[in-house]
Amino acid sequence: MTAMKTRAAVIRPNGGRGSHDRPGASRLGPASHRREKMAAERDPPPPGDAGQARFGEAEDGEDLFVGAVGALESNPSSPEPASLPAEDISANSNGPKLVDSFLDDDPDDLFAEATEEVSLDSPEREPILSDGPSPAITPIMAPRIDSTLFDQALEEEEDNGDTFDICISVSDPEKVGDGMNAYMAYKVTTKTSLSVFSQNELSVRRRFSDFLGLHSKLASKYMHSGYIVPPAPEKSIVGMTKVKVGKEDSSSTEFVEKRRSALERYLMRTVKHPVMLKDPNVLQFLESSELPRAVSTQALSGAGILRMVNKAADAVNKMTIKMNESDAWFEEKQQQFENLDAQFRKLHASVESLVCHRKELSLNTASFAKSAAMLGNSEDHTALSRALSQLAEMEEKMEQLHMDQAYADFYLFAELLGDYVRLLTAVKGVFDQRMKTWSKWQDAQLMLQRKREAEAKLQYANKPDKLQQAKDEIKEEIVEWEGKVQQGERDFEQISKTIRKELGRFEKERVKDFKSVIIKYLESLVQTQQQLIKYWEAFLPEAKAIA
Amino acid sequence: FSLLSLAVNVDLQTDGTLQVDISDALSERDKVKFTVHTKSTLPSFKQNEFSVVRQHEEFIWLHDSFVENEEYAGYIIPPAPPRPDFDASREKLQKLGEGEGSMTKEEFTKMKQELEAEYLAIFKKTVAMHEVFLCRVAAHPVLRKDLNFHVFLEYNQDLSVRGKNKKEKLEDFFKNVVKSADGVLVAGVKDVDDFFEHEKTFLLEYHNRVKDASAKSDRMIRSHKSAADDINRIASTLYTLGTQDSTDVCKFFLKVSELFEKTRKIEARVAADEDLKLADLLKYYLRESQAAKDLLYRRGRALVDYENANKALDKARAKNKDVLQAETTQQICCQKFEKISESAKQELIDFKTRRVAAFRKNLVELAELELKHAKVTSPHLLLVKN
Repeated sequence: MTAMKTRAAVIRPNGGRGSHDRPGASRLGPASHRREKMAAERDPPPPGDAGQARFGEAEDGEDLFVGAVGALESNPSSPEPASLPAEDISANSNGPKLVDSFLDDDPDDLFAEATEEVSLDSPEREPILSDGPSPAITPIMAPRIDSTLFDQALEEEEDNGDTFDICISVSDPEKVGDGMNAYMAYKVTTKTSLSVFSQNELSVRRRFSDFLGLHSKLASKYMHSGYIVPPAPEKSIVGMTKVKVGKEDSSSTEFVEKRRSALERYLMRTVKHPVMLKDPNVLQFLESSELPRAVSTQALSGAGILRMVNKAADAVNKMTIKMNESDAWFEEKQQQFENLDAQFRKLHASVESLVCHRKELSLNTASFAKSAAMLGNSEDHTALSRALSQLAEMEEKMEQLHMDQAYADFYLFAELLGDYVRLLTAVKGVFDQRMKTWSKWQDAQLMLQRKREAEAKLQYANKPDKLQQAKDEIKEEIVEWEGKVQQGERDFEQISKTIRKELGRFEKERVKDFKSVIIKYLESLVQTQQQLIKYWEAFLPEAKAIA
Repeated sequence: FSLLSLAVNVDLQTDGTLQVDISDALSERDKVKFTVHTKSTLPSFKQNEFSVVRQHEEFIWLHDSFVENEEYAGYIIPPAPPRPDFDASREKLQKLGEGEGSMTKEEFTKMKQELEAEYLAIFKKTVAMHEVFLCRVAAHPVLRKDLNFHVFLEYNQDLSVRGKNKKEKLEDFFKNVVKSADGVLVAGVKDVDDFFEHEKTFLLEYHNRVKDASAKSDRMIRSHKSAADDINRIASTLYTLGTQDSTDVCKFFLKVSELFEKTRKIEARVAADEDLKLADLLKYYLRESQAAKDLLYRRGRALVDYENANKALDKARAKNKDVLQAETTQQICCQKFEKISESAKQELIDFKTRRVAAFRKNLVELAELELKHAKVTSPHLLLVKN
């Protein structure tokens, strides 16, 4: 154990990431080992030894580092900036470890492995959850590292300043191209003091499918581990077509504005997540001026992916899994989120209806104002006529006021609720992932059972010649499946832990988001009321003056 | 429900000799029973104070009897009160009852209270409309002496006035068609008197615009009410969210729910006030301006008759045949016309005075109420914000 710790300590200060291009190994680093174990392809070293073995490699790896970094840079398919500091690694440790992340081209290096091993083997998991030095470094890391490294970690943390010191804005929507191939390009500006980024202020142009591409990459990478990946804004064929065709009316400007603000919120939410912030995809998205065109977004949007995942999960659930929920916390949470989902949907619908009626009110007020003006014109009593015209003017102003209020309701509240409805779908997806992980674990256990039975049968069989070979085979398989079972268990624990953390974060974020939105909304209401007061106060003497 | 709070009743010269009001009303399944209460020192009544129960159809009968009475051709007949219409409200209550299973208990009670309040408001309004009609009649120097009116007030049996049956309704319909056609004809005749000519054009335009304004204000108020309903729903959903457990999040939601509840109450009140002060005012003056137009029509008709009679007289004199008859006809027409003209002038002037006063009162009250509401809301909001 100590060896591992030290090993971890040593590698860290080197910074940079290593990719171990061991001959025979796939380009995916050592982390892929476990993955491949799952896939039952290779000879894995026995789990107990795995750490050691890998650390053995690490010795060589240290020297390989420089080379590896070079290799990394020249590696065309992984265009991550090589300048990522150590924290990334730790952050990634919880990430793309588990099954099916074949799309993960992060060379998870040995260092990440180390952290993972270390933490899981540790009996004390609670302290990890309860607090960490800061959100950027995953809490798992913190208690494990000896003091020197800890301080170092903190220092680097402080160098980054407040982790949340990043501000992304999406602006300047510009139509590029013409006709049906046109698209809107948005300017994405990042202002930050985080050292993760190469500059303090970055600005790139992105289009909507870029955002979707980013989301699909993040989703496929992190969802399986139980991370709540913020969902991307919805595709809208109608809205976009109007824009493409060049219809310059208020609904299409509204649509563009709605989308712009949704994209901004999406990005902010993504970077607020400590794990996502360090993801190379995100960084690339924010930094590099050219982004490989995301092609798979034609058919699928972020929400579409989520829906598919959830549908698949539901189907599976209905068929086989009756999970033995040993953890009451999860059961309770799941129920809670079901309720939350239902309520939020209702709320969202009500708020949208409110927005609609306010807009209607504003239109009707405008037409009433015109009508009152006409009435004032035809009234032959001068004072009354004047008063009526005043009324008409005032109603017009009120119409503007109501319209503004409608927009406030809309942007602040309704959109947030829409985001949360989608987020809750993601949360449900995460619960389903956990269930899938559990079932994999159970399946592995079943297989192990079967293999053991087969072994036992062989023991009592009477074919001595084939026996040894078969026995060896079976032994190997048993070992393999034991490993899988352990892995399954670990994965399950891991995902449960991650989910707990994620849910905790989610709750906090939820309160923050809602509080800030409601306060802004209140402020706008107060302003509206004060304006109303002004208008009516101006009108009152006119009304009184009717003689 | 005091009469004074109703938009339209302003400046009625109520003297002590005849005071009418509706002291009570009962809403039954499909009809409303009004208790008409009279206080009078006039000798024509048997007692000084008495009450009778009347239904809507009896009010209409009274109104129609005024319209059909030639003697009153020169007066603006106070417009008949609109039929009590609880259909919309009843429908909503029914829908609520059907949907009871699908909402929480709190939501259901809240919505039920809402609808009951709405029902009550409509009820009060219809009572007020009927009362205004009676008061206008009572305040009118000529109409108050009408025999039918006294019967209406005093006769404590059922007046056996049945609603019009289908045949009669059809007759009415045709009568109206003829009347409006005639009205167009009559209106085309230029009047010698400047005052009336001016009034004619004015009233026509005014009536149309009031109609438009009334319709638009109704729509505006409906939107306002829908928005208030939405806020209500939001408040109850937030309340449900808030009561799921007692974490900080939920406490927060509860607070916000309260806020929305208050906002809704205020918005609903604003809408109701607009409704009362503005929409009702416009609706009433829509009806009154129609009544004024009717007066002008009658006068116009009389003028045309008079002119025709003149022509007939001239023709008769020329032919020297039936001269006496023509002369009498002409005399009658002349008298009729002059009588109408005389009273019409005064009526129209009164109409204007009443109208100006009513608008003034209501616009002032509307502004004051709106100010009050807005001033109340702001501190509320600031409180919750912090």
